[in-house]
Amino acid sequence: MIELLRSLKALDASGQVAVLFVGLFGALLLISFGGLVYSLKSGERTEYAQDNWRQFKRDMKAIWIGSTIAWIAWLSGHVGASVLVGLLSFYAFREYITLMHTRRGDHRSLILAFFVLLPLQYALVGSRHFDLASVLIPVYGFVAIPVASALSDDPHRFLERNAKIQWGLMVCVYGLSHLPALMLLDFPGYEGRGAFLFFFMVVVVGVAQITQEVASRTVRRRPLARRISRSFSARAWWMGQLAGGFTGMLLYWITPFKVGQALCMALLATSAGTLGGLVMKALKRDGGVVYWGNRSSITGAVGLLDRIAVLCFAAPVFFHSVHWYFSLGN
Amino acid sequence: MSFADITGLFLASLSRLITGAQGHWKGCPPTAEQRIYFANHQSHFDWVLIWAALPRELRAQTRPIAARDYWTSSPLRTWLTSAVFNAVYVSRTRATPDEDPLEPLVEALKAGDSLVIFPEGTRSNKGDPQAFKAGLYHLARQFPDVKLIPTWIDNVQRVMPKGEVVPVPILCTVTFGEPLTLGAEEDKGEFLTRARAALIAQRPAGGGA
Repeated sequence: MIELLRSLKALDASGQVAVLFVGLFGALLLISFGGLVYSLKSGERTEYAQDNWRQFKRDMKAIWIGSTIAWIAWLSGHVGASVLVGLLSFYAFREYITLMHTRRGDHRSLILAFFVLLPLQYALVGSRHFDLASVLIPVYGFVAIPVASALSDDPHRFLERNAKIQWGLMVCVYGLSHLPALMLLDFPGYEGRGAFLFFFMVVVVGVAQITQEVASRTVRRRPLARRISRSFSARAWWMGQLAGGFTGMLLYWITPFKVGQALCMALLATSAGTLGGLVMKALKRDGGVVYWGNRSSITGAVGLLDRIAVLCFAAPVFFHSVHWYFSLGN
Repeated sequence: MSFADITGLFLASLSRLITGAQGHWKGCPPTAEQRIYFANHQSHFDWVLIWAALPRELRAQTRPIAARDYWTSSPLRTWLTSAVFNAVYVSRTRATPDEDPLEPLVEALKAGDSLVIFPEGTRSNKGDPQAFKAGLYHLARQFPDVKLIPTWIDNVQRVMPKGEVVPVPILCTVTFGEPLTLGAEEDKGEFLTRARAALIAQRPAGGGA
Protein backbone atom coordinates (compact mmCIF):
# COMPACT_ATOMS: atom_id res chain seq x y z
CA MET A 1 0.00 0.00 0.00
CA ILE A 2 2.72 2.41 1.01
CA GLU A 3 4.66 1.36 -2.07
CA LEU A 4 1.68 2.23 -4.17
CA LEU A 5 1.27 5.64 -2.58
CA ARG A 6 4.94 6.34 -3.04
CA SER A 7 4.80 5.48 -6.73
CA LEU A 8 1.73 7.72 -7.05
CA LYS A 9 3.68 10.56 -5.49
CA ALA A 10 6.49 10.01 -7.95
CA LEU A 11 4.15 10.62 -10.88
CA ASP A 12 4.05 14.09 -12.39
CA ALA A 13 0.92 16.23 -12.11
CA SER A 14 -0.74 14.98 -15.27
CA GLY A 15 -0.02 11.38 -14.32
CA GLN A 16 -1.73 11.93 -11.00
CA VAL A 17 -4.73 13.53 -12.66
CA ALA A 18 -4.92 10.54 -14.98
CA VAL A 19 -4.95 8.23 -11.95
CA LEU A 20 -7.70 10.38 -10.49
CA PHE A 21 -9.88 9.87 -13.55
CA VAL A 22 -9.17 6.13 -13.63
CA GLY A 23 -10.30 5.96 -10.02
CA LEU A 24 -13.39 8.06 -10.74
CA PHE A 25 -14.53 6.00 -13.70
CA GLY A 26 -13.73 2.78 -11.82
CA ALA A 27 -15.99 3.88 -8.97
CA LEU A 28 -18.74 4.90 -11.39
CA LEU A 29 -18.52 1.54 -13.16
CA LEU A 30 -18.82 -0.26 -9.83
CA ILE A 31 -21.86 1.78 -8.79
CA SER A 32 -23.54 1.37 -12.16
CA PHE A 33 -22.83 -2.35 -12.09
CA GLY A 34 -24.34 -2.53 -8.62
CA GLY A 35 -27.38 -0.71 -9.98
CA LEU A 36 -27.65 -3.17 -12.85
CA VAL A 37 -27.57 -6.14 -10.46
CA TYR A 38 -30.23 -4.47 -8.33
CA SER A 39 -32.44 -3.81 -11.34
CA LEU A 40 -32.17 -7.47 -12.42
CA LYS A 41 -33.27 -8.67 -9.01
CA SER A 42 -36.92 -9.51 -9.27
CA GLY A 43 -39.46 -8.79 -6.59
CA GLU A 44 -42.17 -6.39 -5.65
CA ARG A 45 -41.12 -2.83 -5.01
CA THR A 46 -43.05 -0.13 -3.29
CA GLU A 47 -43.97 3.06 -5.04
CA TYR A 48 -41.49 4.85 -2.81
CA ALA A 49 -38.63 2.53 -3.76
CA GLN A 50 -39.43 2.90 -7.42
CA ASP A 51 -39.43 6.64 -7.09
CA ASN A 52 -36.03 6.56 -5.42
CA TRP A 53 -34.76 4.20 -8.07
CA ARG A 54 -35.79 6.57 -10.85
CA GLN A 55 -34.11 9.43 -9.04
CA PHE A 56 -30.96 7.32 -8.66
CA LYS A 57 -30.93 6.48 -12.36
CA ARG A 58 -31.38 10.14 -13.29
CA ASP A 59 -28.56 11.18 -10.99
CA MET A 60 -26.23 8.44 -12.20
CA LYS A 61 -26.79 9.42 -15.80
CA ALA A 62 -26.00 13.05 -15.00
CA ILE A 63 -22.87 12.05 -13.07
CA TRP A 64 -21.66 9.89 -15.94
CA ILE A 65 -22.19 12.65 -18.47
CA GLY A 66 -20.60 15.21 -16.17
CA SER A 67 -17.54 13.06 -15.51
CA THR A 68 -17.08 12.34 -19.18
CA ILE A 69 -17.29 16.02 -20.03
CA ALA A 70 -14.77 16.82 -17.29
CA TRP A 71 -12.44 14.13 -18.56
CA ILE A 72 -12.63 15.33 -22.17
CA ALA A 73 -12.14 18.91 -20.97
CA TRP A 74 -9.02 17.94 -19.08
CA LEU A 75 -7.68 15.90 -22.02
CA SER A 76 -8.19 18.69 -24.50
CA GLY A 77 -6.21 21.26 -22.53
CA HIS A 78 -7.04 24.86 -21.83
CA VAL A 79 -8.55 25.69 -25.21
CA GLY A 80 -10.68 22.56 -25.28
CA ALA A 81 -11.84 22.97 -21.71
CA SER A 82 -13.03 26.51 -22.27
CA VAL A 83 -14.69 25.66 -25.57
CA LEU A 84 -16.49 22.71 -24.01
CA VAL A 85 -17.74 24.55 -20.94
CA GLY A 86 -18.46 27.53 -23.19
CA LEU A 87 -20.84 25.37 -25.20
CA LEU A 88 -22.47 24.13 -22.02
CA SER A 89 -22.86 27.71 -20.97
CA PHE A 90 -24.40 28.59 -24.33
CA TYR A 91 -27.02 25.84 -23.98
CA ALA A 92 -27.79 26.82 -20.40
CA PHE A 93 -28.18 30.49 -21.27
CA ARG A 94 -30.34 29.60 -24.27
CA GLU A 95 -32.61 27.61 -21.97
CA TYR A 96 -32.74 30.45 -19.47
CA ILE A 97 -33.60 33.07 -22.09
CA THR A 98 -36.29 30.84 -23.57
CA LEU A 99 -38.13 30.82 -20.25
CA MET A 100 -37.81 34.57 -19.72
CA HIS A 101 -40.24 36.64 -21.70
CA THR A 102 -37.99 38.82 -23.77
CA ARG A 103 -39.30 41.53 -26.02
CA ARG A 104 -38.44 42.73 -29.44
CA GLY A 105 -36.30 45.53 -27.96
CA ASP A 106 -34.07 42.99 -26.24
CA HIS A 107 -32.84 41.60 -29.51
CA ARG A 108 -29.64 43.61 -29.72
CA SER A 109 -28.78 43.11 -26.05
CA LEU A 110 -29.26 39.37 -26.48
CA ILE A 111 -26.99 39.33 -29.51
CA LEU A 112 -24.40 41.17 -27.46
CA ALA A 113 -24.77 38.69 -24.61
CA PHE A 114 -24.72 35.54 -26.73
CA PHE A 115 -22.22 36.41 -29.42
CA VAL A 116 -19.87 38.89 -27.78
CA LEU A 117 -19.82 38.55 -24.00
CA LEU A 118 -20.13 34.77 -23.83
CA PRO A 119 -17.30 33.93 -26.27
CA LEU A 120 -15.15 36.72 -24.86
CA GLN A 121 -15.55 35.42 -21.32
CA TYR A 122 -14.41 31.94 -22.30
CA ALA A 123 -11.60 33.28 -24.46
CA LEU A 124 -10.33 35.21 -21.43
CA VAL A 125 -10.57 32.15 -19.22
CA GLY A 126 -8.93 29.93 -21.82
CA SER A 127 -6.03 32.32 -22.17
CA ARG A 128 -5.75 32.56 -18.37
CA HIS A 129 -6.62 36.25 -18.10
CA PHE A 130 -8.46 35.60 -14.87
CA ASP A 131 -8.31 39.20 -13.66
CA LEU A 132 -10.21 40.46 -16.65
CA ALA A 133 -12.48 37.41 -16.77
CA SER A 134 -13.71 38.07 -13.25
CA VAL A 135 -14.79 41.63 -14.07
CA LEU A 136 -15.88 41.35 -17.71
CA ILE A 137 -19.55 40.63 -17.02
CA PRO A 138 -20.09 42.35 -13.66
CA VAL A 139 -18.38 45.56 -14.82
CA TYR A 140 -18.26 45.87 -18.60
CA GLY A 141 -21.31 43.78 -19.36
CA PHE A 142 -23.23 45.64 -16.68
CA VAL A 143 -22.71 48.82 -18.66
CA ALA A 144 -22.98 47.43 -22.17
CA ILE A 145 -26.23 45.46 -21.88
CA PRO A 146 -28.51 48.31 -20.75
CA VAL A 147 -26.87 50.66 -23.26
CA ALA A 148 -27.71 48.30 -26.12
CA SER A 149 -31.19 47.99 -24.69
CA ALA A 150 -31.71 51.74 -24.35
CA LEU A 151 -30.60 52.28 -27.94
CA SER A 152 -33.38 50.00 -29.12
CA ASP A 153 -35.90 52.57 -27.91
CA ASP A 154 -38.30 50.49 -25.85
CA PRO A 155 -38.90 51.83 -22.32
CA HIS A 156 -41.46 49.16 -21.43
CA ARG A 157 -40.32 47.29 -18.26
CA PHE A 158 -36.81 48.45 -18.99
CA LEU A 159 -35.21 47.67 -15.64
CA GLU A 160 -36.84 44.28 -15.38
CA ARG A 161 -35.75 43.15 -18.83
CA ASN A 162 -32.16 44.24 -18.34
CA ALA A 163 -31.97 42.78 -14.86
CA LYS A 164 -33.10 39.44 -16.24
CA ILE A 165 -30.47 39.37 -18.95
CA GLN A 166 -27.71 40.51 -16.61
CA TRP A 167 -28.71 37.97 -14.00
CA GLY A 168 -28.81 35.15 -16.55
CA LEU A 169 -25.36 36.15 -17.77
CA MET A 170 -24.02 36.11 -14.22
CA VAL A 171 -25.37 32.63 -13.52
CA CYS A 172 -25.04 30.83 -16.84
CA VAL A 173 -21.90 32.46 -18.21
CA TYR A 174 -19.95 34.10 -15.41
CA GLY A 175 -20.64 31.37 -12.85
CA LEU A 176 -19.99 28.46 -15.14
CA SER A 177 -16.84 29.97 -16.61
CA HIS A 178 -15.20 29.45 -13.24
CA LEU A 179 -15.19 25.71 -13.86
CA PRO A 180 -12.50 25.82 -16.58
CA ALA A 181 -10.85 28.66 -14.66
CA LEU A 182 -10.48 26.36 -11.69
CA MET A 183 -8.96 23.71 -13.91
CA LEU A 184 -6.49 26.15 -15.39
CA LEU A 185 -5.52 27.92 -12.20
CA ASP A 186 -1.78 27.61 -11.53
CA PHE A 187 -0.36 28.39 -8.13
CA PRO A 188 3.26 28.35 -7.12
CA GLY A 189 4.00 24.82 -6.00
CA TYR A 190 0.67 23.58 -7.36
CA GLU A 191 1.15 23.73 -11.13
CA GLY A 192 -0.94 21.57 -13.39
CA ARG A 193 -3.05 20.32 -10.51
CA GLY A 194 -6.05 22.55 -11.09
CA ALA A 195 -8.01 19.45 -12.08
CA PHE A 196 -7.78 18.29 -8.46
CA LEU A 197 -9.34 21.49 -7.21
CA PHE A 198 -12.06 21.16 -9.82
CA PHE A 199 -12.66 17.57 -8.81
CA PHE A 200 -12.64 18.50 -5.12
CA MET A 201 -15.30 21.14 -5.61
CA VAL A 202 -17.55 19.08 -7.86
CA VAL A 203 -17.44 16.03 -5.60
CA VAL A 204 -18.02 18.01 -2.43
CA VAL A 205 -20.93 19.94 -3.88
CA GLY A 206 -22.36 16.82 -5.48
CA VAL A 207 -22.23 14.87 -2.23
CA ALA A 208 -23.87 17.73 -0.34
CA GLN A 209 -26.63 18.11 -2.91
CA ILE A 210 -27.43 14.40 -3.15
CA THR A 211 -27.35 13.96 0.64
CA GLN A 212 -29.67 16.91 1.01
CA GLU A 213 -32.08 15.48 -1.55
CA VAL A 214 -32.10 12.06 0.09
CA ALA A 215 -32.42 13.60 3.55
CA SER A 216 -35.33 15.79 2.54
CA ARG A 217 -37.11 12.68 1.29
CA THR A 218 -36.53 10.66 4.43
CA VAL A 219 -36.62 13.14 7.30
CA ARG A 220 -39.76 15.17 6.81
CA ARG A 221 -39.32 18.56 8.42
CA ARG A 222 -41.02 21.88 8.13
CA PRO A 223 -39.84 23.49 4.92
CA LEU A 224 -37.95 26.75 5.35
CA ALA A 225 -39.60 28.46 2.42
CA ARG A 226 -42.77 26.55 1.67
CA ARG A 227 -43.84 28.50 -1.35
CA ILE A 228 -40.48 28.06 -3.03
CA SER A 229 -39.58 24.51 -2.18
CA ARG A 230 -41.62 22.02 -0.20
CA SER A 231 -38.60 19.81 0.41
CA PHE A 232 -35.98 22.31 1.50
CA SER A 233 -35.70 22.06 5.29
CA ALA A 234 -33.01 23.25 7.67
CA ARG A 235 -32.38 19.72 8.94
CA ALA A 236 -31.83 18.31 5.44
CA TRP A 237 -29.65 21.24 4.52
CA TRP A 238 -27.40 20.74 7.53
CA MET A 239 -27.10 17.06 6.76
CA GLY A 240 -25.99 17.93 3.24
CA GLN A 241 -23.46 20.43 4.54
CA LEU A 242 -22.04 17.92 7.01
CA ALA A 243 -21.72 15.22 4.37
CA GLY A 244 -20.09 17.66 1.94
CA GLY A 245 -17.72 19.03 4.57
CA PHE A 246 -16.76 15.56 5.70
CA THR A 247 -16.07 14.49 2.11
CA GLY A 248 -13.92 17.59 1.74
CA MET A 249 -11.90 16.60 4.81
CA LEU A 250 -11.40 13.10 3.43
CA LEU A 251 -10.18 14.55 0.14
CA TYR A 252 -7.86 17.13 1.67
CA TRP A 253 -4.78 15.30 0.36
CA ILE A 254 -5.61 16.06 -3.28
CA THR A 255 -5.78 19.78 -2.53
CA PRO A 256 -3.18 22.28 -1.36
CA PHE A 257 -5.17 22.73 1.86
CA LYS A 258 -4.69 21.34 5.35
CA VAL A 259 -7.53 19.29 6.87
CA GLY A 260 -9.25 22.19 8.62
CA GLN A 261 -8.87 24.44 5.61
CA ALA A 262 -10.25 21.76 3.34
CA LEU A 263 -13.29 21.58 5.61
CA CYS A 264 -13.83 25.34 5.43
CA MET A 265 -13.38 25.43 1.67
CA ALA A 266 -15.75 22.52 1.23
CA LEU A 267 -18.37 24.20 3.41
CA LEU A 268 -18.06 27.42 1.45
CA ALA A 269 -18.64 25.60 -1.81
CA THR A 270 -21.46 23.41 -0.53
CA SER A 271 -23.38 26.23 1.12
CA ALA A 272 -23.05 28.46 -1.94
CA GLY A 273 -24.11 25.59 -4.17
CA THR A 274 -27.08 24.25 -2.25
CA LEU A 275 -28.43 27.69 -1.37
CA GLY A 276 -27.91 28.69 -4.99
CA GLY A 277 -30.03 25.67 -5.89
CA LEU A 278 -32.79 27.12 -3.71
CA VAL A 279 -32.46 30.46 -5.50
CA MET A 280 -32.83 28.68 -8.83
CA LYS A 281 -36.00 27.01 -7.51
CA ALA A 282 -37.40 30.42 -6.58
CA LEU A 283 -36.63 31.61 -10.09
CA LYS A 284 -38.44 28.65 -11.60
CA ARG A 285 -41.47 29.29 -9.41
CA ASP A 286 -41.42 32.84 -10.67
CA GLY A 287 -41.33 31.59 -14.24
CA GLY A 288 -44.16 29.15 -13.48
CA VAL A 289 -42.22 25.93 -13.97
CA VAL A 290 -41.56 23.18 -11.48
CA TYR A 291 -38.33 22.07 -12.98
CA TRP A 292 -36.71 23.35 -16.13
CA GLY A 293 -37.00 20.01 -17.84
CA ASN A 294 -40.78 19.66 -17.66
CA ARG A 295 -41.43 22.34 -20.24
CA SER A 296 -39.69 20.18 -22.78
CA SER A 297 -42.89 19.78 -24.76
CA ILE A 298 -43.09 23.52 -25.13
CA THR A 299 -39.62 24.85 -25.47
CA GLY A 300 -37.52 21.79 -26.15
CA ALA A 301 -35.56 22.59 -23.03
CA VAL A 302 -33.47 19.67 -21.92
CA GLY A 303 -33.34 20.50 -18.24
CA LEU A 304 -29.66 21.37 -18.36
CA LEU A 305 -30.07 24.34 -16.04
CA ASP A 306 -31.55 22.06 -13.39
CA ARG A 307 -28.42 19.99 -13.43
CA ILE A 308 -25.82 22.70 -13.36
CA ALA A 309 -27.54 25.38 -11.27
CA VAL A 310 -25.75 24.27 -8.14
CA LEU A 311 -22.34 24.45 -9.81
CA CYS A 312 -23.11 27.86 -11.31
CA PHE A 313 -23.32 29.27 -7.79
CA ALA A 314 -20.62 27.20 -6.13
CA ALA A 315 -17.90 27.66 -8.76
CA PRO A 316 -17.31 31.43 -8.53
CA VAL A 317 -17.44 31.44 -4.73
CA PHE A 318 -15.02 28.56 -4.49
CA PHE A 319 -12.72 29.96 -7.17
CA HIS A 320 -12.40 33.34 -5.53
CA SER A 321 -11.91 31.79 -2.09
CA VAL A 322 -9.09 29.68 -3.43
CA HIS A 323 -7.62 32.72 -5.12
CA TRP A 324 -7.79 34.63 -1.88
CA TYR A 325 -6.28 31.74 0.07
CA PHE A 326 -3.25 31.56 -2.19
CA SER A 327 -2.67 35.28 -2.27
CA LEU A 328 -2.70 35.27 1.53
CA GLY A 329 -0.03 32.62 1.62
CA ASN A 330 2.35 34.66 -0.48
CA MET B 1 -21.92 14.78 -51.43
CA SER B 2 -22.21 18.04 -53.31
CA PHE B 3 -21.52 21.51 -52.00
CA ALA B 4 -25.27 22.21 -51.94
CA ASP B 5 -25.84 19.16 -49.71
CA ILE B 6 -23.13 20.32 -47.35
CA THR B 7 -24.63 23.79 -47.22
CA GLY B 8 -27.99 22.23 -46.43
CA LEU B 9 -26.53 20.17 -43.61
CA PHE B 10 -24.70 23.21 -42.31
CA LEU B 11 -27.88 25.30 -42.28
CA ALA B 12 -29.78 22.52 -40.54
CA SER B 13 -27.16 22.14 -37.83
CA LEU B 14 -26.90 25.91 -37.43
CA SER B 15 -30.61 26.20 -36.84
CA ARG B 16 -30.41 23.30 -34.40
CA LEU B 17 -27.67 25.09 -32.50
CA ILE B 18 -29.66 28.30 -32.34
CA THR B 19 -33.18 27.03 -31.77
CA GLY B 20 -32.91 23.36 -30.84
CA ALA B 21 -35.36 22.82 -33.76
CA GLN B 22 -37.20 20.17 -31.83
CA GLY B 23 -39.75 18.26 -33.86
CA HIS B 24 -42.68 16.93 -31.85
CA TRP B 25 -44.55 14.34 -33.86
CA LYS B 26 -47.77 14.43 -31.85
CA GLY B 27 -50.33 13.45 -34.46
CA CYS B 28 -48.33 11.42 -36.97
CA PRO B 29 -44.97 9.66 -37.24
CA PRO B 30 -42.25 11.05 -39.54
CA THR B 31 -42.77 8.60 -42.41
CA ALA B 32 -41.88 8.90 -46.06
CA GLU B 33 -45.42 9.28 -47.45
CA GLN B 34 -46.56 12.17 -49.58
CA ARG B 35 -47.64 15.10 -47.43
CA ILE B 36 -48.52 18.75 -47.41
CA TYR B 37 -47.33 20.40 -44.23
CA PHE B 38 -49.27 23.61 -43.63
CA ALA B 39 -47.75 25.91 -41.03
CA ASN B 40 -48.13 29.27 -39.33
CA HIS B 41 -45.87 31.90 -40.79
CA GLN B 42 -44.01 34.32 -38.54
CA SER B 43 -40.54 34.81 -39.95
CA HIS B 44 -38.21 34.02 -42.84
CA PHE B 45 -36.69 31.43 -40.58
CA ASP B 46 -39.83 29.24 -40.54
CA TRP B 47 -38.97 27.06 -43.49
CA VAL B 48 -35.43 26.30 -42.30
CA LEU B 49 -36.82 25.38 -38.91
CA ILE B 50 -39.34 22.88 -40.30
CA TRP B 51 -36.72 21.51 -42.60
CA ALA B 52 -34.22 21.04 -39.75
CA ALA B 53 -36.88 19.38 -37.61
CA LEU B 54 -37.53 16.77 -40.32
CA PRO B 55 -35.43 13.60 -40.29
CA ARG B 56 -32.66 13.78 -42.86
CA GLU B 57 -34.14 11.17 -45.17
CA LEU B 58 -37.37 13.16 -45.53
CA ARG B 59 -35.67 16.44 -46.37
CA ALA B 60 -34.88 15.64 -50.01
CA GLN B 61 -38.54 15.01 -50.91
CA THR B 62 -39.94 17.89 -48.89
CA ARG B 63 -39.93 21.16 -50.82
CA PRO B 64 -40.72 24.74 -49.87
CA ILE B 65 -42.56 27.27 -51.99
CA ALA B 66 -40.61 30.35 -53.03
CA ALA B 67 -41.80 33.53 -54.73
CA ARG B 68 -40.13 33.58 -58.11
CA ASP B 69 -39.56 37.35 -58.35
CA TYR B 70 -37.77 37.56 -54.99
CA TRP B 71 -35.90 34.27 -54.81
CA THR B 72 -34.47 34.35 -58.34
CA SER B 73 -33.36 37.98 -58.23
CA SER B 74 -29.72 37.20 -57.39
CA PRO B 75 -27.48 34.22 -58.17
CA LEU B 76 -27.06 33.42 -54.47
CA ARG B 77 -30.82 33.36 -53.82
CA THR B 78 -31.39 31.27 -56.92
CA TRP B 79 -28.73 28.80 -55.90
CA LEU B 80 -30.00 28.62 -52.33
CA THR B 81 -33.59 27.96 -53.31
CA SER B 82 -32.95 25.67 -56.26
CA ALA B 83 -29.81 23.68 -55.41
CA VAL B 84 -30.01 23.57 -51.62
CA PHE B 85 -33.73 23.53 -50.90
CA ASN B 86 -35.14 22.39 -54.24
CA ALA B 87 -37.91 24.95 -53.92
CA VAL B 88 -41.05 25.13 -56.03
CA TYR B 89 -41.23 28.57 -57.61
CA VAL B 90 -44.54 30.37 -57.84
CA SER B 91 -45.32 33.71 -59.44
CA ARG B 92 -47.05 36.31 -57.36
CA THR B 93 -48.39 38.09 -60.42
CA ARG B 94 -50.19 36.39 -63.28
CA ALA B 95 -48.72 36.78 -66.73
CA THR B 96 -52.03 35.94 -68.38
CA PRO B 97 -55.46 36.09 -66.72
CA ASP B 98 -56.07 32.34 -67.05
CA GLU B 99 -52.69 31.21 -65.71
CA ASP B 100 -53.16 29.09 -62.59
CA PRO B 101 -50.76 30.17 -59.83
CA LEU B 102 -51.08 26.72 -58.27
CA GLU B 103 -49.81 25.02 -61.41
CA PRO B 104 -46.19 24.50 -60.19
CA LEU B 105 -47.46 23.03 -56.91
CA VAL B 106 -49.73 20.64 -58.76
CA GLU B 107 -46.81 19.49 -60.85
CA ALA B 108 -44.62 18.93 -57.80
CA LEU B 109 -47.36 16.91 -56.12
CA LYS B 110 -47.88 14.88 -59.29
CA ALA B 111 -44.17 14.11 -59.22
CA GLY B 112 -44.63 12.65 -55.73
CA ASP B 113 -42.94 15.36 -53.67
CA SER B 114 -44.13 16.66 -50.31
CA LEU B 115 -44.69 20.38 -49.82
CA VAL B 116 -44.50 22.87 -46.99
CA ILE B 117 -46.97 25.73 -47.42
CA PHE B 118 -47.88 28.74 -45.36
CA PRO B 119 -51.58 29.21 -46.14
CA GLU B 120 -51.78 32.61 -44.45
CA GLY B 121 -49.87 33.92 -47.43
CA THR B 122 -47.90 36.45 -45.43
CA ARG B 123 -46.03 36.67 -42.17
CA SER B 124 -48.07 37.55 -39.11
CA ASN B 125 -46.50 38.14 -35.75
CA LYS B 126 -49.41 38.87 -33.50
CA GLY B 127 -51.49 36.23 -31.78
CA ASP B 128 -53.49 33.82 -33.91
CA PRO B 129 -52.75 33.16 -37.56
CA GLN B 130 -54.73 35.08 -40.16
CA ALA B 131 -57.47 33.55 -42.31
CA PHE B 132 -56.19 30.94 -44.77
CA LYS B 133 -55.93 31.48 -48.50
CA ALA B 134 -57.85 29.11 -50.77
CA GLY B 135 -54.81 27.31 -52.22
CA LEU B 136 -54.79 24.66 -49.54
CA TYR B 137 -58.39 23.77 -50.35
CA HIS B 138 -57.77 23.42 -54.07
CA LEU B 139 -54.75 21.21 -53.53
CA ALA B 140 -56.69 19.04 -51.08
CA ARG B 141 -59.50 18.68 -53.65
CA GLN B 142 -57.12 17.66 -56.43
CA PHE B 143 -54.97 15.31 -54.35
CA PRO B 144 -57.22 13.46 -51.89
CA ASP B 145 -54.48 10.92 -51.10
CA VAL B 146 -51.90 13.44 -49.94
CA LYS B 147 -51.93 13.82 -46.16
CA LEU B 148 -52.44 17.34 -44.83
CA ILE B 149 -50.38 17.89 -41.69
CA PRO B 150 -51.00 20.94 -39.45
CA THR B 151 -47.58 22.16 -38.33
CA TRP B 152 -47.23 24.71 -35.55
CA ILE B 153 -43.95 26.58 -35.20
CA ASP B 154 -43.54 28.03 -31.74
CA ASN B 155 -41.31 30.79 -30.41
CA VAL B 156 -39.60 31.58 -33.70
CA GLN B 157 -40.74 35.20 -33.72
CA ARG B 158 -38.45 35.73 -30.73
CA VAL B 159 -35.48 34.28 -32.58
CA MET B 160 -35.58 36.71 -35.48
CA PRO B 161 -38.17 39.49 -35.32
CA LYS B 162 -39.10 41.22 -38.55
CA GLY B 163 -36.29 43.51 -39.66
CA GLU B 164 -33.48 41.84 -37.73
CA VAL B 165 -30.67 39.96 -39.44
CA VAL B 166 -28.86 38.10 -36.68
CA PRO B 167 -30.88 35.39 -34.92
CA VAL B 168 -30.81 35.10 -31.13
CA PRO B 169 -30.56 31.62 -29.60
CA ILE B 170 -33.95 30.68 -28.17
CA LEU B 171 -35.45 27.22 -28.09
CA CYS B 172 -38.18 26.60 -30.66
CA THR B 173 -40.44 23.67 -31.32
CA VAL B 174 -42.21 22.38 -34.40
CA THR B 175 -45.34 20.39 -33.58
CA PHE B 176 -46.80 18.09 -36.23
CA GLY B 177 -50.47 17.34 -35.69
CA GLU B 178 -52.92 14.70 -36.86
CA PRO B 179 -53.50 14.54 -40.64
CA LEU B 180 -56.57 16.39 -41.89
CA THR B 181 -58.87 15.09 -44.62
CA LEU B 182 -61.22 17.06 -46.81
CA GLY B 183 -64.83 15.88 -46.58
CA ALA B 184 -66.50 14.93 -49.88
CA GLU B 185 -69.22 17.57 -49.48
CA GLU B 186 -67.24 20.11 -47.49
CA ASP B 187 -67.16 23.58 -48.98
CA LYS B 188 -64.17 25.88 -49.18
CA GLY B 189 -64.84 28.26 -46.30
CA GLU B 190 -65.76 25.47 -43.92
CA PHE B 191 -62.63 23.50 -44.71
CA LEU B 192 -60.29 26.48 -44.40
CA THR B 193 -61.76 27.40 -41.01
CA ARG B 194 -61.38 23.81 -39.86
CA ALA B 195 -57.77 23.66 -41.11
CA ARG B 196 -56.94 26.87 -39.29
CA ALA B 197 -58.47 25.55 -36.07
CA ALA B 198 -56.52 22.30 -36.44
CA LEU B 199 -53.33 24.31 -36.78
CA ILE B 200 -54.05 26.49 -33.74
CA ALA B 201 -54.82 23.34 -31.75
CA GLN B 202 -51.16 22.34 -32.12
CA ARG B 203 -49.98 25.40 -30.24
CA PRO B 204 -48.35 24.20 -27.00
CA ALA B 205 -50.06 25.34 -23.82
CA GLY B 206 -48.20 28.14 -22.11
CA GLY B 207 -46.19 28.99 -25.18
CA GLY B 208 -47.06 32.38 -26.49
CA ALA B 209 -47.05 34.06 -29.81
